[in-house]
Amino acid sequence: MTSNVSRWALLLLVLLLAPVGAWADWGALNMPQGVTEISNEVYSLHMRIFYICCAIGAAVFGVMVYSMFMHRKSKGAKPADFHESTTVEIVWTVVPLIILIAMAIPAARVLIKMEDFSDSEMSIRVTGYQWRWQYEYMDSGVTFFSQLAPEHNLARQRGSDVDLEETFAISDEIADASEGPGVYLKQVDNELVVPVGKKIRFLHTAADVIHSWWVPALAVKKDAIPGFINENWARIEEPGIYRGKCAELCGRDHGFMPIVVRAVPQEEFDAWIGEQQLAMAANDAEVDRQWAHQELVSVGEKVYQANCMSCHQAEGQGIPGMFPAIAGSGVATGSMDEHVATVMNGVDGTLMSSFSEVLSDADLAAVITYQRNAFGNGTGDTLQPSHIKSLRTGFEVNQPESVASLPEALTKTGVN
Amino acid sequence: MSYNDVTHHAADEHNHDHDHAEHGPAKGLMRWVTTTNHKDIGTLYLWFSLVMFFIGGAMALVIRAELFQPGIQIVDPMFFNSMTTMHAIVMIFGVVMPAFVGLANWMIPMMIGAPDMALPRLNNWSFWIMPFAFTIMLSTLFMDSGGPAGGWTLYPPLVLQMGDSFAFVIFAIHFLGISSVMGSINIVATIFNMRPPGMTFMKMPMFVWTWLITAYLLIATIPVFAGAVTMLLTDRYFGTSFFSAAGGGDPVMFQHIFWFFGHPEVYILILPAFGIVSSIIPTFARKPLFGYDSMVYATASIAFLSFIVWAHHMFTTGMPLAGELFFMFSTMLISVPTGVKVFNWVATMWRGSMSFETPMLFAIGFVIMFTVGGLSGLMLAITPADIQYHDTYFVVAHFHYVLVPGAIYSLMAATYYWLPKWTGNMYDEKLGKLHFWISTVFVNVLFFPMHFVGLAGMPRRIPDYSLQFADWNMIATIGAFGFGFSQLMFVYIIVKCVRGGEKATAEVWEGARGLEWTVASPAPYHTFETAPDIQASTVTR
Repeated sequence: MTSNVSRWALLLLVLLLAPVGAWADWGALNMPQGVTEISNEVYSLHMRIFYICCAIGAAVFGVMVYSMFMHRKSKGAKPADFHESTTVEIVWTVVPLIILIAMAIPAARVLIKMEDFSDSEMSIRVTGYQWRWQYEYMDSGVTFFSQLAPEHNLARQRGSDVDLEETFAISDEIADASEGPGVYLKQVDNELVVPVGKKIRFLHTAADVIHSWWVPALAVKKDAIPGFINENWARIEEPGIYRGKCAELCGRDHGFMPIVVRAVPQEEFDAWIGEQQLAMAANDAEVDRQWAHQELVSVGEKVYQANCMSCHQAEGQGIPGMFPAIAGSGVATGSMDEHVATVMNGVDGTLMSSFSEVLSDADLAAVITYQRNAFGNGTGDTLQPSHIKSLRTGFEVNQPESVASLPEALTKTGVN
Repeated sequence: MSYNDVTHHAADEHNHDHDHAEHGPAKGLMRWVTTTNHKDIGTLYLWFSLVMFFIGGAMALVIRAELFQPGIQIVDPMFFNSMTTMHAIVMIFGVVMPAFVGLANWMIPMMIGAPDMALPRLNNWSFWIMPFAFTIMLSTLFMDSGGPAGGWTLYPPLVLQMGDSFAFVIFAIHFLGISSVMGSINIVATIFNMRPPGMTFMKMPMFVWTWLITAYLLIATIPVFAGAVTMLLTDRYFGTSFFSAAGGGDPVMFQHIFWFFGHPEVYILILPAFGIVSSIIPTFARKPLFGYDSMVYATASIAFLSFIVWAHHMFTTGMPLAGELFFMFSTMLISVPTGVKVFNWVATMWRGSMSFETPMLFAIGFVIMFTVGGLSGLMLAITPADIQYHDTYFVVAHFHYVLVPGAIYSLMAATYYWLPKWTGNMYDEKLGKLHFWISTVFVNVLFFPMHFVGLAGMPRRIPDYSLQFADWNMIATIGAFGFGFSQLMFVYIIVKCVRGGEKATAEVWEGARGLEWTVASPAPYHTFETAPDIQASTVTR
């Protein structure tokens, strides 16, 4: 009777697992091989250890299963009475040791290569913020923030009824079909553009909490630690788009800070850098002009959606007990100075972080103007970007000193 | 003198003592509040961990329900993070550790032939701290600033962003630590001082050995953890900067201190499981444990190595190359003693006369699925590959394989194995087997796909994911609900067994060995009030 139970259970197991196997998209089961020499070496290391584990598993489980079928009481097996053997114990201590040494040598070789940061041809500083990345091309001074693209940010809000597969269907520009059925949560507003064939040194740090910059196709993952600088490098062989994610839990929106690296030929990269420099100069000029109220409100709405909405919600209603409302709040309808201070400095001991580094003068002015006029707040106030600019020098920025003075520290020590 | 003589001897002693009223349990609720009896306290621990198992399980189901499909449907990401954090804290500190302590309380005195634990009042206290500590811990979920949401690893600076419920979390952790340390001191004192003449160290059952070593790990590491969380507390409230770079501190230092506790902690969660399985497999293979001596040495080696591998949790923090190489090699080395244990279990089964009652099924399930988790652990030891695996679902799959079909299966095996001894009744064998098979199907449907999504690039601790991970997450969620709800069977079987059933003999299992099987079933309230006569030939393990 009881063996019947086991038989039925085994059948159930087989039935359950069979469709699972058939249904799977096998391309999405394994580590990507990647596009750098290191990533390929890591991949073969991974496959080698995987096969060794399979062999060990097959041997151990094979003996077990054989024993379970042949040495069962119901088949009349009589127990032997051996219970120790020093020889056997020595054998199964020494043999695994030899296997381990055989695995340790190639692993150490790859590791030493990964940790060789010498002779890099360009440097990019990557700073983690809650929840976006800041990239700074140390050789050309181009710097910008990169965060989840706006349409993804809207779709990922709780209660949005966006059809993810339809909206984020795979587009032609993605060469690698192993990326699966769509690009949901994989696109950013500003991509990190890098040249192919150059040894790029990445310098990782963070402004608030620990993040981790991970791009699987490059086999790079390094923690971004506030107050400290970590090094990493990659030499990308093929042009293409390589996607990654923040790997270290960094708070509420940890799942929503993707990374997109676009590797392009050198000439294309140089042209892109030139464009960026022009755009940065143009943005600087924008700050000083007088902005119209409506212009600030409409820019502010976009800034709100990208930066504020996920906590304070679409209608500024907040989440009771967790995130305060902006609609009708004392801050957004009261003194302008206090509102500006709250947004720029954050609020200590809460999840409200400082936006003074993250947002430009124009964006800050726009979003504060928007908050004071939207959600029925209707104060009619207008805040000019030039005002924010003039405040910059007077404000205590809510940031660790060591982070604030980071670029200086970099040039002084050169890191290792 | 064989161990059957010991049976009669002990039974006589028991009848003799039974007339004295002060030896019986007090009546009503106060029995459980004031008890100093090792069996009562063991029972309290075991029921407590069973209740917590369902609380932690419910949290896991919230996580899996949110991950059923891409997009955010059910909970706010902040609450999701609270769930992953609390799920871990509850399962580690509220389920696995108390359940092992409960088993230690019940079984260690009976296995070594002692009348009770060495420090019975301390024993009462170490249990009763826990429900209060967990009430405080869980109550933070209902506070304005919410439960802890920075992961059970409590990494600063993230954890310091938490609101004022943070202080409650730290307070609760301190008390859980005090409870564990007191429990461990009691176990060490019992094993050293309460063994009757003739019960030498090398005659102790493996479960006693593994717990002795586990207790040392706890005593050595819990104070370190207490220090780390106290530093967090002073950083948060008293202006220190242990972990803040702005004040000259170092956030990575917390990780070093935490994992100096945390890695031995994961062996604390598995060594007693090794002991349980080393008791069960010989019973149902009807053959003594193969390589007892090497099992003892392997356990001690694992415990020693657990102190020098902690930074393998930190390969991406920017350690120097020499550090990475050292921790890679030392981590790989752990697979040697662990392998020895697995090989010894297989050799115990080899040419035995096996039968497959529920405890044996769970024990074999443990050996196979723990080994799967062990092999993925070996992969994780390879630093260059670990840099890709780190903080992905591959790691989630790895530690759930060693903890669910590992530690939790060993607890279920232990429950079925000793339940007739505790209650005097046999459990429903047919239902027990059904429980095993259903759990085993679903636990694999739940955790195996996590290897795939992890390798394909899905980070852990995220409430929403890209579309390429959708299929496997849906399957994992189905497995999670199947596994979770099938545990109601476990409760039903236990309750049914407590309330009645076929009467168990003293020996219970045909191949059972050791002193606990020489006393009546159910075990009398007091056992071995007179030390058993243990000769060189007495079978004690």
